[in-house]
Amino acid sequence: MSTSTAPLALPPTAARASRRQLLIGTTLACVAGTMLIGGMLAIWVLLRGRVVETGGRFPVEYIIPEVTTNVMLITIWSLCLFAQWAVYSGTRGDRAHAGLALAVTAVLAIAFINAQAFVYADMAVEIRADYYGALFYAITGTLMAIVIAGLVYTAVAAFGVLGGRLQESEVLSAHALYWYFTAAAYTAVWFVVYVTK
Amino acid sequence: MTTIDTGPNAADSLAHDASSDSAAVSLLVGAAAWAITTDHKRIGRLYTGVGLLALLATAALGVVLGVERADDGAKLVDADSLLQLFQAYRVGLVFAAIIPIGLGLAIAVVPLQLGARSLAFPRLALTGFYSWLGGLVLTMTALGANGGIGGGDEQAVDLFLAGQGLMIIGLIASAGCVATSVLTTRAPGMTMRRVPLFAWSALISTLGMLLALPVMFGAIIYLFVDHRYGQFNFGGSEGIRTWIGWGYSVPAIIVYALPAIGVAAETLPVAFKHRQVLRGFKFAGIALIGVTALAATTQQFVSAVTIDTDSETFIRGAVPFLIFAGLPLLGLVMSLGLGLLTAQQGLANGRPKIAAPFVFSLFGVLMIAVGIAANFVLGITDLELLGTSFEEGATLFVVYGAALGVIGGLIFWAPKLSGRVIPDKRVFPLALVGVAGATLAGAPMLIAGFLDQPGGLPANDADVSNMLTIGNIDQGVLWNTVSLAGHGLMALTVLSFVLLMLKMLTEADQPVDNNPCGGHTVEWGTSSPAPAQNYDNVVTVASPEPQFDMTYEASVS
Repeated sequence: MSTSTAPLALPPTAARASRRQLLIGTTLACVAGTMLIGGMLAIWVLLRGRVVETGGRFPVEYIIPEVTTNVMLITIWSLCLFAQWAVYSGTRGDRAHAGLALAVTAVLAIAFINAQAFVYADMAVEIRADYYGALFYAITGTLMAIVIAGLVYTAVAAFGVLGGRLQESEVLSAHALYWYFTAAAYTAVWFVVYVTK
Repeated sequence: MTTIDTGPNAADSLAHDASSDSAAVSLLVGAAAWAITTDHKRIGRLYTGVGLLALLATAALGVVLGVERADDGAKLVDADSLLQLFQAYRVGLVFAAIIPIGLGLAIAVVPLQLGARSLAFPRLALTGFYSWLGGLVLTMTALGANGGIGGGDEQAVDLFLAGQGLMIIGLIASAGCVATSVLTTRAPGMTMRRVPLFAWSALISTLGMLLALPVMFGAIIYLFVDHRYGQFNFGGSEGIRTWIGWGYSVPAIIVYALPAIGVAAETLPVAFKHRQVLRGFKFAGIALIGVTALAATTQQFVSAVTIDTDSETFIRGAVPFLIFAGLPLLGLVMSLGLGLLTAQQGLANGRPKIAAPFVFSLFGVLMIAVGIAANFVLGITDLELLGTSFEEGATLFVVYGAALGVIGGLIFWAPKLSGRVIPDKRVFPLALVGVAGATLAGAPMLIAGFLDQPGGLPANDADVSNMLTIGNIDQGVLWNTVSLAGHGLMALTVLSFVLLMLKMLTEADQPVDNNPCGGHTVEWGTSSPAPAQNYDNVVTVASPEPQFDMTYEASVS
């Protein structure tokens, strides 16, 4: 008795992702993020202008811990330096240094989040107390979400590096680009929210 | 480390494996295959399918609201729910209809047009679809629970904002996939100058979405946090309209209609058997229409200009007016003019082949053109059209025009998407009913706007009351009755088209040529329907219209 043989082959693999696809996709995400933060800052400036015009104080009576916010600024730009180091190491096939750079990037991102938590605790802004609370938490919370997304991105890039995909350094470049965007976004937030009184 | 990517058609193979099982299991597995598909053609059809159903529901809602407006005594619905119904109507027109159907068609067709084997980040596009769908359900649920702009239930208002945010996140994700595809997955030889016009219009539209929707999302974050915790800054639930109302109206929505203009740009050269002349200028024309995204990024939905005033005021008003209203109009005129030029040169090749996709898309573009022209007129302050139903008329022309164009695209690319050729005789009547519906729905609102009928997006019961009080408007009942008839015709068109699609999908498969429509671009070289990975071999492109070259240039030589 003859039996027919069922094909057991796996389905065909997906087409290999085009070159720089991840980089371009990340760039577009950064553009969208820029519009998000830019739009939110524009609303912030508009509302602050209205408060100041009516003789009000903005940010009410809260004291901004400027040392912490300035350190956050230094941290986020330092983080970019390490993200770029990961790109450099990845391009050279240096897995140890690429992994180390990504680890430091993650540590600095966590430090940034920790510093933001300190700012929240130190300022003790009450969200329901006045006009400032909701605005403050909305803009800084959005930035926190962007930083946390960057941390996830770092973890994904690190998995790639640990898996030995160093030749595909595009993910490291795209990852670094994301952090540059995040640093620029925080710089704008730092100036508008923390520096300008 | 070895990784196995199951490929775009892994989910589809599930359905094949279950073919020997019972019908119920097959159905279940088939549904699961659709639910987790990474085939861009299926994702696009999910978007357009749900979007068309939502458009049908919105047009039906337009009929109900039209009855309420046309007859003061009508009480089809509870007066307390009219505010939410008007908002559901506007949300439906924009976020449930025009955006998803245009984006869905782009997701389904653009990779084929690029000679690509898949969409960039297809899983992200599918996630975007579910995010959009979930947000739509949440939004409509919130409106049903007395939420929305000016809603009486605080938690439902929060839910409305959350739903809107979720929809926007999904649309941004899917739009990013389309834009990345155009920029990175083009076939060898396909430079940006050789990109098909539909793919170009999809690129401009999705880039516009990436610029505009995050701004609206940022405003929603503020509104949500402020509304939930204190309501100090944005005027409570009624103030929501001030900050995101621009997202439901012209000029911001014009950028979402660009794929429909792209469909017309594809079908016209096919109908007249001639290359698109001056492609570069055509690209520029479509891009100029996309400038309307700036209207959203600046959150300036009305750029009023007063003619009779001092020079400084005039200039301050005229600059944004010309950017938001003038440039799109210029782009549209360029696009239409080049279409006419192509048609005129094509007539030398003999009698044109007027097929249903061309008729649908032509009608669609003409409707969109009226909407863009109305947007131009709306900005002239001296005409005092702001706050009237004129804005609703312009919005209806753009939305319904885009719907006609997208339906034309679905018919045009049906061989590639479903392996079926839709006979012209079945859909020609729908085109006529559709254009009649769009015209009858929108034009009376424009006329009533000149008669000072209140309109716009209502934020409270007083606004609704104003919109329903048309007794003092000359022939107000007539215009509103005609408009509701237009909504009815549009609903009939969409319903008939959906039923026709369902009927055709149940019919037996027939062998279809690769290029039954005489298309010019690269996707007509692959089999019908296109396989899961679009092309069996990597295609190389040497011209913007490779199929035209093979069909006509070869016959000449």
